[in-house]
Amino acid sequence: MTITRSLVPIAGLATGLFAGWVVFPTVLYTTVDQPVQFNHAAHTGNGAGMSCQDCHALGQDGRFAGIPGIHQCAECHEEPIGSSENERRFVEEYVQQNREVPWLVYARQPDNAYFPHVVHVHKAKLACETCHGKHGSSSGLRPYEMNRISGYSRDIWGSSIAGIKSQAWDGMKMDDCISCHSVHNNDRACIDCHK
Amino acid sequence: MRTVTTARSRYGMVIDLDRCTGCGSCTVACSVENNIPPGTENVTERTGITWMRVYEADDGKSFPDTHSVFVPIMCQQCGNETPCMSVCPQNAVEVDPATGIVGQIPERCLGCRYCMAACPYHARYFNWWDPKWPAGMEAAMNPDVAPRMRGVVEKCNFCQSRLHTARERAASTGRTAIDPADYVPACVEACPQRAITFGDLDDSDSFVAALAAGDRAFRFLSRIGTEPKVWYLSSREWVRNLSDRVVARTRKENVRG
Ligand code: HEC
Ligand code: HEC
Ligand code: HEC
Ligand code: HEC
Ligand code: HEC
Repeated sequence: MTITRSLVPIAGLATGLFAGWVVFPTVLYTTVDQPVQFNHAAHTGNGAGMSCQDCHALGQDGRFAGIPGIHQCAECHEEPIGSSENERRFVEEYVQQNREVPWLVYARQPDNAYFPHVVHVHKAKLACETCHGKHGSSSGLRPYEMNRISGYSRDIWGSSIAGIKSQAWDGMKMDDCISCHSVHNNDRACIDCHK
Repeated sequence: MRTVTTARSRYGMVIDLDRCTGCGSCTVACSVENNIPPGTENVTERTGITWMRVYEADDGKSFPDTHSVFVPIMCQQCGNETPCMSVCPQNAVEVDPATGIVGQIPERCLGCRYCMAACPYHARYFNWWDPKWPAGMEAAMNPDVAPRMRGVVEKCNFCQSRLHTARERAASTGRTAIDPADYVPACVEACPQRAITFGDLDDSDSFVAALAAGDRAFRFLSRIGTEPKVWYLSSREWVRNLSDRVVARTRKENVRG
């Protein structure tokens, strides 16, 4: 009797912890697959030999081109180059129909946040990896996880539900921007990062 | 809380009331630039949003001796005891120490409208509804400015998104300071009378600093000591005398909403 009684709070605590740390994160995020599998490694370096700048250009006026449009892919992919089913589908459904691929951007910030690549890449001389991890040398795309409440990508909060950062690029909340800025003694006003 | 004492530049504006014809181009250009949708049918003067609003005042004489003046009013970017900032319970208003611009952060705003009551210039506007654009107009929205939602306050910020762009341009060519020609607010650009001048008040070589120091220059409600960074010019004494009065009347046609 006393044993079962003392088990109740323990079982309750265990259920609570399980719900909070295991169930909640799974329920909080919904997983969506990218429309096409893109292989960065096949296009850069020893692959097709392109540089990041070839596809993710920083223009003369400092504007960041973002993800390249389909016309840029068409330069090589009018017809499939390899034999993969993924590439065949990509060529038929997008390139040949001149349709943009609706990529899901892992790093996408909310509308009201302003982030200038040129300042971080040219002026602060930060590597892409600092904020994007190994994405530039990856050979496939992981599923995109979307927060069901805010609609934001999971990469904004980071992989740990407790907010513990394992890598510099794991999580890019306002606090993460500001903690790097304070290391660089770069105190910004609200309106510098908000629009 | 930050103060403006460390300002590296101090952006300001000078509006020549002897040139202003009250055409309203500034209001339209501002709304387009800053994603302010046209007012719906049921908006009133009180509930409509125009970051830049053209008021009309006259010298009180009757026809045919009467003279009138048009006065475009937007956030006057107060540099001292900034009233909206000091009352905001949310820290959603901040004077940027590097530029002197009074920033309003709508995502932080809780919609209490205390700042609107505190603003001596009626330059703050509340979103009573979610913004709605007429069909097709959404495609022409400015991607550099985030639209605001229902329940928050907004106001002029000297087109800060254009400052962002100017800084990107400077960074891409390795400059630390922006080229003043790259940062011109939309109203300044749109004014057909060239009545509005914009620039750094602390830069003694700037045109704006010279105008603000001239004899024709005055600021509204200067007696309350908020040190606005928007100056007005007129060689008419009765117009300059308006500065310590509240502009009494608005002209309906010039007020959208
Ligand atoms: C052939 C053109 C091409 C080249 C070259 C290229 N990329 Fe990409 N990049 C893409 C495409 C297409 C996407 C969208 C799909 C995806 O997320 O990978 C993308 C996405 C990204 C993203 C993801 C943004 C996000 O959060 O979703 C990063 C980061 C990135 N690239 C970095 C790099 C780096 C670093 C290099 C150089 C090593 C590089 N890219 C070279 C085409 C390219
Ligand atoms: C400079 C030429 C070039 C450009 C430009 C280019 N690719 Fe490729 N792409 C290649 C090569 C080479 C391969 C490797 C083919 C193989 O061996 O299977 C490839 C492979 C692929 C594959 C198949 C990968 C797999 O294994 O499933 C996809 C999908 C793909 N590219 C998408 C894109 C997209 C999207 C763009 C535009 C952002 C693009 N490519 C631009 C040269 C290019
Ligand atoms: C200081 C951190 C940081 C660095 C360094 C950085 N990025 Fe990003 N990147 C971001 C953030 C934050 C976003 C999201 C921007 C947004 O949504 O407004 C982003 C978005 C992107 C996107 C998606 C853009 C879009 O609008 O679709 C690509 C592609 C990308 N980055 C590539 C790169 C490449 C290539 C480099 C290196 C040359 C790089 N980034 C360096 C933080 C960074
Ligand atoms: C890894 C470090 C790092 C991270 C992460 C980072 N920044 Fe920065 N950022 C810098 C540095 C360093 C500078 C100063 C560059 C200079 O002026 O030399 C800077 C400058 C800026 C500027 C000033 C632009 C200008 O023209 O002066 C803005 C705005 C900005 N960052 C926004 C962001 C936002 C938004 C994020 C998060 C999404 C972010 N940063 C994340 C390092 C970082
Ligand atoms: C270094 C860049 C930076 C600065 C400085 C900054 N922010 Fe942010 N802020 C961000 C980014 C990026 C986000 C979006 C990511 C997130 O939600 O954490 C954000 C999100 C927010 C949000 C949450 C909005 C939402 O939709 O969830 C609020 C509120 C906010 N900021 C207020 C402020 C205020 C007030 C200041 C000035 C005291 C400020 N920010 C200064 C980068 C910045």
